[in-house]
Order: sequence, then structure tokens, then C-alpha cells
Amino acid sequence: MRRALPRWADLILLPLLNLALALLLSGVVVLMTGANPLVAAAALARGAFGDAEAWGYTLYYATDMLFAGLAVAVAFHAGLFNIGVEGQAYLGGLGAALVALNGGGLPVWVAVPLAVGAAALFGAAWAAIPGLLQARRGSHVVITTIMFNFIAYALMTYLIAGPLLAPGQMSPETRGFPAIALPQIGGGTPLNVAFVLALLCAAGVWLLLWHTPAGYRLRAVGAAPRAAVYAGMVPARIIVWSMLLSGALAGGIACNEVLGAQHKLFIGFTGGYGFTGIAVALMGRNHPAGILPAAILFGALYQGGAEMAFDIPTISGDLVVAIQGLVILTTGAAPFLLRPLLTRLVSRSA
Amino acid sequence: MTADTPAVELRGIDKRFGSTHANRAVDLTVRRGSIHGLIGENGAGKSTLMSVLYGFYAADAGTVRVGGRVLPPGDSEAAIAAGLAMVHQHFMLIDEMTVLENVMLGVEGGFLLRSHIRQARERIATLGRNYGLSVDADARVEHLPIGARQRVEIVRALYRGAETLILDEPTGVLTPTEATDLFRVLAALRAQGRTVLLVTHKLREIMAITDRVSVMRAGATVAERDTAKTSPEELGELMIGRRLATGLPRGDTAAGGTALSVRNLVVREGGVDRVRGVTFDVREGEIVGVAGVSGNGQSELLEAVAGMRPRDGDVLVDGSPLPALDPAAARAAGLGHVPEDRLRTGLLAPFAARESVILGHSDDRAWCRGPLLDWRGIERHSAALMVDYDVRPPVPKLRAAGFSGGNQQKLILGREVEQAPRVLLVGQPTRGVDIGGIDAIHRRLLDLRAAGCAILLVSVELDEILRLSDRVLVMSDGRITGETTPARADERQLGLMMSGIAA
Repeated sequence: MRRALPRWADLILLPLLNLALALLLSGVVVLMTGANPLVAAAALARGAFGDAEAWGYTLYYATDMLFAGLAVAVAFHAGLFNIGVEGQAYLGGLGAALVALNGGGLPVWVAVPLAVGAAALFGAAWAAIPGLLQARRGSHVVITTIMFNFIAYALMTYLIAGPLLAPGQMSPETRGFPAIALPQIGGGTPLNVAFVLALLCAAGVWLLLWHTPAGYRLRAVGAAPRAAVYAGMVPARIIVWSMLLSGALAGGIACNEVLGAQHKLFIGFTGGYGFTGIAVALMGRNHPAGILPAAILFGALYQGGAEMAFDIPTISGDLVVAIQGLVILTTGAAPFLLRPLLTRLVSRSA
Repeated sequence: MTADTPAVELRGIDKRFGSTHANRAVDLTVRRGSIHGLIGENGAGKSTLMSVLYGFYAADAGTVRVGGRVLPPGDSEAAIAAGLAMVHQHFMLIDEMTVLENVMLGVEGGFLLRSHIRQARERIATLGRNYGLSVDADARVEHLPIGARQRVEIVRALYRGAETLILDEPTGVLTPTEATDLFRVLAALRAQGRTVLLVTHKLREIMAITDRVSVMRAGATVAERDTAKTSPEELGELMIGRRLATGLPRGDTAAGGTALSVRNLVVREGGVDRVRGVTFDVREGEIVGVAGVSGNGQSELLEAVAGMRPRDGDVLVDGSPLPALDPAAARAAGLGHVPEDRLRTGLLAPFAARESVILGHSDDRAWCRGPLLDWRGIERHSAALMVDYDVRPPVPKLRAAGFSGGNQQKLILGREVEQAPRVLLVGQPTRGVDIGGIDAIHRRLLDLRAAGCAILLVSVELDEILRLSDRVLVMSDGRITGETTPARADERQLGLMMSGIAA
């Protein structure tokens, strides 16, 4: 008889233990480079949370993570593993940029929402094709979304280095469009209204999935496809809708980056956040209430890690990536590592 | 080991799964070089017994002897080494590989394949000649018809030196011609001194091919006969057992007008006709029971009527036809459904029970407050329904999967009955349900009948069918092979109808 872990331990204690394990392992890696792990940890914490500016950057990165995590989670609840958030965000950037580049004549309060909408729409459209293929032909969405990432890279490289390239520009990027931008809210940091938008999306996803008939259907299809058919739902339709929603949320990354921070479109602006979103969703148990802290944690690692590499010469940027990898490893894979141990401990004390 | 050492000898096999006593002190002796049949209804314990023999399960008590030697319990490698091989109902082949590769898999015999491939090819050809097992060694398994895949399974078993073959419901997926071919192969195996243990619920096959037959019922072997000295009638009776007295009060409500009509219903699956042209009516206030040995098309019939499976032919509720493949439309027309597979189809198993309470009518405005679901209201309704239908514990927040089978069933039944259906489809309502639960479920169905609902009941439990039904339809091999009433029915006649021998 397998004993279940109490809810509090499962939802709070286990993630914290996993995080601690990752930090411990990272400490060993840091030690091997010759630096003092405690000093490094202090530098990381200071870099991420030390002052208002640190917080601004952390939350700016967390915005991308939050959008990506929500995108993965929505698809996950419909039984789909959307690995194409990266490509969908990339295309979302195209939508935002097209409006921003051509909307100069529009009032800002029209152009900005329009650009945000276009980002969501383009992201959704890029997710729609794998969704349709899954729904109609049974082509596995894991495979098709991965392939669509590559198509997105190729397409965007062509567009940015070709038709959209700013005149007289050497680096592959579009003309800047600082006039059509999401307002900054973080002093001198790139933190912008997209963060608020992401919080609203998190609340919206929570409401939709657990408090509306549509969300009920989506979760039913994901959890018990036979029961969904029995109940008269149409899984194919729900699969397409959930992929559209997932892609639209991916478009939020483009809002934060293109409209909120960079004010131009350039090659590779998505920076792998779409993939990190998988880890964020995993760590957050695919629930907005978990994804939000997970997104902030990853934002902090991103920001604090960069500061740490800057402060401590022996720690390179690559090591920061390795530390992030360890966190992903323990939070993603190690529930299975620590869970049996923890279950035994908790049930013994009970 | 002498010539009359039995190929397989099971003594006092006992196996429990929780509260289910799957095997009760089962004895079974299979003579070397014979074809031995093992029959019994679904849930009689055949599969458990074979799993014990093959070492998938360790028995709680009893011994397994193969060729006179005791096998260590729960060790399928030892069973294979002793010369046992199992041909499963669902084939264990790798579709993308060729026949040759599948046969060699796991017994490649060396680091380099080349020389071994030649030997393997020759042996496959020899086996094919000796036993009439013709297979193309280079064909890819995915391109082969079902019957040929089964031959590959048998070739693979023989290739590994199997002396005794266990075939689990081998004809379930075969066309009649393929089944005839299979029997020819089995006869050839017997002629060459190998032993076959044939597990089936089809009386016809037992009569056609076996030398001896053991009958299982409720976890025990109730009889063993020489096939030549028995009859399908006797076996049918043994399999089904004595009928219980119908002990429930049932008001003699006169059945009203026709509520459900099924016309020439055909259900195809994987190229095989599961239901072959079935026509019947169910009237208001009437329970029509569909009896039959499991796997004769009843499940497919039920799901096709509910709109969950593609179908040919018409289904009408109160005279208006229902669109095929549209369970929502069927529900809207007043068709309720208590599905056979309650865990995966009837419930949202991983979610709280309250989420299953609105399954099938989650769009009902009663569950909403504005655009949002009114979980408090749903929770109140769920708690009341769980008390009403005696679902224990009546806690809507608990995961549906955590309830016992009987309580899950009462939850589903309650949900469907609360919708006041015109027609209710019920599949295996008491499978895995304890005695108390069975009684409660039966009373609910009779109450519903008294309220004028038309009920179509599919069950492999004959007692249940006879206890509840006003009329009984018997299905065999996708057809209705007979109709009777509980008052007129006797075991012999039902056994014949169920085996498809007499209409």
C-alpha cells in the first residue's frame, strides 16, 4: 500500500527541499571553481533581491517566466505538452512589431493594446497549427511544436534580416518603436506593465480552469478523455482551443520583451524563456498559485546569477546556466528522488 | 518424468486481491499432449489462475508443478524455462519489426547476428511446415492481418522451446476463417506431443477442439469433464450456476409506449463486426436485460446507442432518431448512461467527487453563477446526492478514484437518475460491488422502472439480469440469439442461446 504525502508537505515542503538540494549541489560546483559558495550565494541573493533595482530586474525576468509557465500549464491541463512556447512567443513578437512599426498614426492608447492583442493573436495562430494537427490527425503535439520552433526561427531570421531590417542597420533588428510601448513601472529597470498583465493572466487562468464550464471541459479532456466523450464533450475542439490559449499566453513574452523592454524586434529576443517555462510549470505544479513563485524564483536566478557572475570573477556566465540547470533538474526530476524518502519520514512521525 | 506426468499440475491455488477472492483452492491437471479447455464467465478467475501459473502473480497458497517439478511462485522466468509460453489476447509484438526480428528478440544468441539469422530463418520455416504455421519471415508485423500476428506469437513461443502453450481468449480478435486455421494449428501441436491450455468463454470452441475441459465459477473449479462425454448444455449450466431466487418486490407496472428503438445496429471495430444488425425496442417502465458471455458485442452495443462509438443503423428515443457519435445530443433527448467502465468513463477519477457529479451536464445553468461555476451550490448538491444514494463517505471534496467500486457506482447512478432520463443505459451496474451495494443499486433501478423510465441493462451476471429484467435478450457473437423472460428462462436454454447454438 503506497502511502500518500500530506498536502502541505507535497505542495510546500517538497519544492523547498528540492530547491535546497539544488543550491547545495550548486555550492559544490562553486566550490570546485575555487570560490566560496556562501559568498556566491550572498552575491546571488543580493543581486536578485538586494535593492529596488534588483527587484525590478528580477520581476522583469519573472514576467517572461510567468507567461511561459502559464502557457505550458494551460496546455498541460488539456493533456497536451506544448514545447513550442518559444516559437509561439517569437511569432508573438512579430505581431507586436508589425502593429508597432505600422501604427505610428494611431493614438498610443489604441496602438499599444492593438500591439498586445497582435502578439497574443500571432502566438495563438502559431500554436493553432499543431493543435489542429493533433485534433484532426492525431499528430503528437510534442513533436509538431518542437518542429514549429525551428520553423519559427527560420521564418523570423528571414523576416528580421530581410524585409523588416531597419535601413542602414548592420545588426539584425528592426527599427526602434519607443513611442508604442508598455509603460515602465520599475524606475530605471525594464520592469513594465507586462508584469501586471502577467499577474492578471495568472488570475484569469485560475478562474478559467477551475471556475468556468469551459475550464471544466478542458481539464476533463486532459484528465479523462473517455469520460469527456461520454459526457458529450468534443475533445478535438477543446484541444484546439487550449492550444490557442496556450499560444496567446506565449505571446505575453513578446509583450514584455518587445513592447515593454527592447522597443524593437531582433533575432532571438525570446532567449529560451519558452523552454524555461516548462520547468516553471513543472515546479509550480501547473497551478497559477505555484507558477507565480516558481517564476519569481527563476527570475531571481536569472538576475541574481548575472550579478553573481559579475561580482565573482571565477564564476562565469556558463556556471550560472549550470546552476539554473541544477534547479530544473531537482525540481523537475527529483520529486521522484526525494518523495519516497519524505513520505517515509512524514508517515513515521504521524 | 514419466509419460503420464502431467504437463501442468496446479494444487490448491488460492489468491486474494483485497476483498476479492479470485481463486479458491483451485486444482487443475493438464495431461501431456492434450488440448485442455478452461472455461468460465468473466470474473470467474481464469485470468488470475493463468497469471499464477505463468508466474505473474505469486499465489497465497498452493503449488504449481510443470512437468512434475514445482515452480517457485511469482517467477515467470522459471515458468518460461520450464517450457511454458503464453499467447496473450493482446499480442506482445513489436509492430515495426519483421517477423524474423520479433521471433529472435531476446534470444539473439550472440554478439553478431548474421549466422544466427540464417538459423532462425530455417527454424521458422521448419516450424511453419510442421505445424501449418505459415508466416513470411520478412514481413513487417504491422502489415500482417490479425490471424497471422497470432501465428507469429505461436512461432515465437515454439522457437523458444515451449512445450506447453497457454492461449488466452485466442479467437476474440479473429475472423471465423482465422479461428478455423488456429484450431488446425492447435491440432498439429497436439499431434506432435505438445500441450495446449485454451482459456475461453466460448462453448463452441471447447466442444470443437479440446480433449478435456475444466469449468471455473466464482474463483473455483466446479467441474472437469472429458469433452467427448459432455455437452454444451451441461457446460453452460455448470458455467452459469444455479439461479438465485428473485427476491425483490417489483410492482407490476404495465409497460407503456416505446421509448427506445434500435434498428439494424451494426458496430465495426478494427475490421471486425462487433455488433451485426441488432433490432429491439424498450418500452416505458420496462427493463430489458441483455445477457451473454462478456465480449459478444454487448459493450459495443451500449456505447453505440449512447453515441460514443461509430454505428450503422438507427437509434430512436420517443420516435425521433439520434445522430450518431453525438453523446450530447443523446443526453439532450433524455438518454442517461451508466457506463461499464466506471473509473475511466463514468468519472473524472483524479478530481474531487463533486466534479464527477456534474459530468455530462456541466453546462447546465443551475451550476453557474454568472459566467462562473457555482462550486458551493455544486458542493451542496453533491453532498445531498451522496447522502441520498448512500455514497460513503459523503464528502464531495474527496477524489473520485478514492471511493470503493460500489460507492463510485452509486455516485454515477445517482447523477444519471437525478437527470430524470427517459431512457437509461446501464452497463455492468454491480461489477465489483459488495452485496449491500448490489441490493441498493437494484432497488434504485426498479424504482426508476416504476417511474416509467425505459431501462436497457447489460450485464454478464445472469442472476442480475433475471432478477431485474422484464424481458431478456441474449447476445452471442454480435447477434441477438434469443429472447425470453425471467419466468420462462431456464439455465439450459439460456446456456444454449449464450453459446450461439440455439436461437
